[in-house]
Amino acid sequence: MINFTLFKVFFMIGLFSFGGGYAIISIIRAEMESYGWISSTEFADIIAISQMTPGPISVNTATYVGMNTSGILGAIIATLSISLPSFIIMLIIAHYFVQFKESKVIKWILKGIRPVTIGLIFSAVVLLAETSILKPNSQLGFSLSTITSQFDIKSTIVFALVFISYLKFKLHPILVVVFSALIGLIIL
Amino acid sequence: MNKEKLFESFEIFITFFRIGAFTLGGGYAMLPLMEKEVVENKKWIDRQEILDMFAIIQSVPGIIAVKSSVFIGFKKAGIRGAFFAGLGVILPSFLVILLIAHLLLSLRDNTYIQKVFAGVRAGVTALILVTAIRFAKSALKGYISILIAILSFILIVFLNIHPIFTILAGGILGFIGYMKYR
Repeated sequence: MINFTLFKVFFMIGLFSFGGGYAIISIIRAEMESYGWISSTEFADIIAISQMTPGPISVNTATYVGMNTSGILGAIIATLSISLPSFIIMLIIAHYFVQFKESKVIKWILKGIRPVTIGLIFSAVVLLAETSILKPNSQLGFSLSTITSQFDIKSTIVFALVFISYLKFKLHPILVVVFSALIGLIIL
Repeated sequence: MNKEKLFESFEIFITFFRIGAFTLGGGYAMLPLMEKEVVENKKWIDRQEILDMFAIIQSVPGIIAVKSSVFIGFKKAGIRGAFFAGLGVILPSFLVILLIAHLLLSLRDNTYIQKVFAGVRAGVTALILVTAIRFAKSALKGYISILIAILSFILIVFLNIHPIFTILAGGILGFIGYMKYR
């Protein structure tokens, strides 16, 4: 039963994976909340690990959650399920390549979806912030003092340091992660 | 499957296994390596077609790595090629995560490991924020896109709406645009 649920859930996630890894995180998170298969912190950790390991974030997350939930079989099911929609869709596309390329409807639909995925990526930032720089049980209130008091100072310093250096120096993400790990050891 | 097809399937598998193994950090990072392997070395697809493919795969849902591998694999050897290409590209990450998960679970009590992870979580938050800003700068043109992006954000973060609904809504809006402006 759990394995079928894994299949169902990750197939659906794969079906709605627009906007790349960070946007997909938002969708995976919503599903994880419904099923309670992984804690927020664990989820954030797997995203972190994903930056350093081969493979797309979404697939890595599927593998991890699958394994956590239902062992190796779960890992296999989740990984294949999240990949299956891509497989099927691309087989269809390969066939109707030219028509798809020229399709005006598709172009317009994408015009609508593209900004949504940007919103999704920003929401992923908030999701992660909740496990990294915000204090537990934070309320995203609307006054400045409410907002600033919700941040864990030390982690926020780590965040700020990484933010500024990544913005300025354009390091490879792996280096950024290593850098964060080191600062984490020192400051936290 | 005869010997020739078996050998070809293996070749496809290994090529994409390599691509999958050496790409760290996700989808788009895979493209340069893929181009080198598949366009230059193996000549399974030419540069123009792979560029067209990259444009199209952004238009459909799914995982970039899988989508591009399946497309190229299909071109080379039909459904069989698509299968081995797709399998090859996700296997490395699958294996690595399987191994790491075990390690992680056993190390989580260590204080140092906890600090490392806390640091990395904060760092990755920053990473994604920078990415979000860069994407926003290039993808959001015009007030309507900005509005849609902000609305989606608010719906997901503050109203706890499932992102899938926002995607559907975006698609519908796009379709409405098509009906209006075609």
